[in-house]
Amino acid sequence: MNGEWGLPSDTQDTFVSFDRVQKSYDGETLVVKDLNLDIGKGEFLTMLGPSGSGKTTCLMMLAGFETATHGEILLDSRPINNIPPHKRGIGMVFQNYALFPHMTVAENLSFPLEVRKIGKSEREAKVMRALDMVQMGDFGGRRPAQLSGGQQQRIALARALVFEPELVLMDEPLGALDKQLRETLQFEITKLAHRLGITVVYVTHDQTEALTMSDRVAVFDDGRIQQLDAPDVLYEQPQNSFVAQFIGENNTLTGRVAEMHADMCVVRLDDGELIDAVPVNVSAVGDRTQVSIRPERVEMNKDRLAPDAHTLKAEVLEFIYMGDIYRTRLRVAGHENFVVKTRNAPDQPRLKPGERIEIGWHPQDCRALDA
Amino acid sequence: MSDATAGNLSQAAAEARREDAAQTGPMLAADGRPLKRSLNRALRAQKLRALALIAPLLIFLLVTFVAPILDMLFRSVENQIVSETLPRTVIALDGWDATDLPDDATYAALAHDFKEAAERRIHTRLGSRLNYEATGLSSIFRRSGRGIDGVGEPYADQFAALDPAWEEPATWIALMADPDWISEQADWLEAAQDTPEPAFRLVPGIADVLPETTDAYRSFARTIQTTGRTPESPLTKEPWATVYLALYRDLSGATGADIGAYSGPGATRLQTAADAVAGFETIPLRDAFAEVADGWVQMPVWTTIQTFSDPYTAGYFLAAVDLQLTPQGIEQVEDNQRIYLTLFKRTMVLSLTIMGLCVILGYPIAYLLSNLPMRTSNMLLILVLLPFWTSLLVRTSAWKVLLQQQGVINDLLVWIGLVGDDARLTMINNQTGTVVAMTHILLPFMILPLYSVMKTIPPSYVRAAKSLGATNWTAFWRVYFPQSVPGIGAGCILVFILSIGYYITPEIVGGRTGIFISNRIAFHISDSLNWGLAAALGSILLALVLVLYWLYDKIVGIDNVKLG
Repeated sequence: MNGEWGLPSDTQDTFVSFDRVQKSYDGETLVVKDLNLDIGKGEFLTMLGPSGSGKTTCLMMLAGFETATHGEILLDSRPINNIPPHKRGIGMVFQNYALFPHMTVAENLSFPLEVRKIGKSEREAKVMRALDMVQMGDFGGRRPAQLSGGQQQRIALARALVFEPELVLMDEPLGALDKQLRETLQFEITKLAHRLGITVVYVTHDQTEALTMSDRVAVFDDGRIQQLDAPDVLYEQPQNSFVAQFIGENNTLTGRVAEMHADMCVVRLDDGELIDAVPVNVSAVGDRTQVSIRPERVEMNKDRLAPDAHTLKAEVLEFIYMGDIYRTRLRVAGHENFVVKTRNAPDQPRLKPGERIEIGWHPQDCRALDA
Repeated sequence: MSDATAGNLSQAAAEARREDAAQTGPMLAADGRPLKRSLNRALRAQKLRALALIAPLLIFLLVTFVAPILDMLFRSVENQIVSETLPRTVIALDGWDATDLPDDATYAALAHDFKEAAERRIHTRLGSRLNYEATGLSSIFRRSGRGIDGVGEPYADQFAALDPAWEEPATWIALMADPDWISEQADWLEAAQDTPEPAFRLVPGIADVLPETTDAYRSFARTIQTTGRTPESPLTKEPWATVYLALYRDLSGATGADIGAYSGPGATRLQTAADAVAGFETIPLRDAFAEVADGWVQMPVWTTIQTFSDPYTAGYFLAAVDLQLTPQGIEQVEDNQRIYLTLFKRTMVLSLTIMGLCVILGYPIAYLLSNLPMRTSNMLLILVLLPFWTSLLVRTSAWKVLLQQQGVINDLLVWIGLVGDDARLTMINNQTGTVVAMTHILLPFMILPLYSVMKTIPPSYVRAAKSLGATNWTAFWRVYFPQSVPGIGAGCILVFILSIGYYITPEIVGGRTGIFISNRIAFHISDSLNWGLAAALGSILLALVLVLYWLYDKIVGIDNVKLG
């Protein structure tokens, strides 16, 4: 993988483009290492990653608050490295909303229009429209401190949109809200973005948020994009063990490649057992590998597996009833944190700790990744 | 829990809610008492505890701060010294029209008052007090203390010549004193004299016979009983000469005395004297006082006493704004004596200048400090605080070295050639010196609140403004600056209030044109001892600060002040 992330061939024109961008704060370490990224017009792209992975730095470079140490950022095919932030015309929603506390909601929204020297009546109309858009039409006279977190977030969103930017950046905008409100707003933001046809670059460390909102998700780690794909691809076909670990819950077994076929390989686990897997980034027999399998893809009913499929012996360590699903923790091949999720269905057995069972999976659900 | 009970319970809860809603009176607690009262009871212990915690400080402040300040404020209007020292004169002057010198009765009242005051050694204090209002009175009073006996002596001599018995203390005691008191006093004299001397009492009825003499004698008796290191007894002491003056005035019929009604001890001697006084050699009291001090036959002393005879006076306050109280009403003082209004104005203007300079110099520094990384900003903050760790006197004196005509800055300017050697700048002992030194000294008081407020303004605000299209300047002016206003407010109030009360620095570097009103207050407190005027000046200063504070609250809002 060389960090080249172009657009899928079926999407629109490139709108934002990072070209070999590097960033260092101290001149010794690179926070962003050779970033190449194309974002299409109207796309909702999420930068997802643990803190310190470089995602916010990328966003700040795009907004103009940080300058790239090397490389070029293009907006609508114009290089913007030397354009100051206020001339870029990019809307931005900040983590703590950054609503100006000394202005009313309406004044906050009116601010970007005033600095653009838009006439008073037009300004008022636009402010009203933006407030209605986020269902906050009655709150124009309030001060930000008089609003709840969710309301402030809506206002921040309206303010970023009121001057009709084509690109809106959002820096963990829902981080400070409770779960329920976050879900509502996730839905509203995506709906709004699609309705207005704006391009959104969204930064978060919450993978659920990334999966539910985005057209594509860029997973950042260590200053690089580890994988850039649509949410379902990202989840089901992680390209390396970091992505597999970071997105969703994941079971990992370690071993070496024992047999290598075109689209299938056999992995000998460290305790000697054999399993089938899809080779993703292993290339030869004998390579160390981490085998990744999602908890919900583990099969405990042998009848559903292919007759010649490899199975593993497992011991139940813990059974947790979670309402819609059962979560069973197993000891498998010496690993004690092997989790299986099963649907709460009438035919599904409720296992007891100490029980010994046999588990297996469809080979395509099991991916042999880098060690 | 069965479904039925659950249903009942929820029904009950719904009813309770309805009752709450329907209730119009005060909210009741569970025990039926008003909720407010229950709450107060619950909070009382907490409040008492809080009070107990602050009590030591509160008491300390009340005793050492609030009480002295109130006392000082009271001094600015208090003027009982005149009516207490010269009570008879003040009464006699009550109806005086101030067109001509007062009548004999007034002079006589003055003689009695003054004798008592001189014996008690309080006449000079009154002299100093009245000297604030009219220069020269102090020396009149001082001289009169020595000469006042001269007013009564001719009469004392003539009564003695008439009948030597008038020189005997016993004659007077028999005439004036209550027999009971006489025996008490005699007992006291024989005893160890370690108990308090029995206070002199008049024999009943004598005041109708000899009104002025009685008054003068009682004054004499009480005074000698209570002054001096060893109290003396009227039993053994001849009365003051002024008592003889009073006796003469009573006997000569000037006071409405009724000698005929008297039949007590010495009635014959009194009658003889009454018959003889017509032949006494007399001089008008006015002339007698002219002998004592010629000021007493001039108008100013009398008009001043009359004008300031009230126990409370606006005189100090008027003086503090260059006005004076005259018999004709309130007037401006003469041109060459007007200093306080100028000083007040200068104090205000210079304080505002210093405050403005502090804002201009301090704001960029505070801004820089608040935007630097913690380590660097702490380092720089130490530099800001460095002046705090140096003695105020040292800093001010350092400015003296720097700014004087043969000082470092002038030398440097001359050396560079910007200023000729014969045209060295005067930067000290004038307003420039005061402004420069005080701005330097007060700058940390501006920077610290500014810094602590700016520290709390997240950088995301300015970023947000820029992302919304604002230029650097607009982002600063419309978004950053308004949020730093509370810091400016706090800094301004601190610097301004500190500076209008500043004293040492103007004293050292201010020269004649750079001193503040506080220097004048200090002068009156410690040099001229005119505490009343000092208190009035202080009160005006306090009032000015309060007015400005109120204005600030109106314009900026006091809740817009933040120290961090």
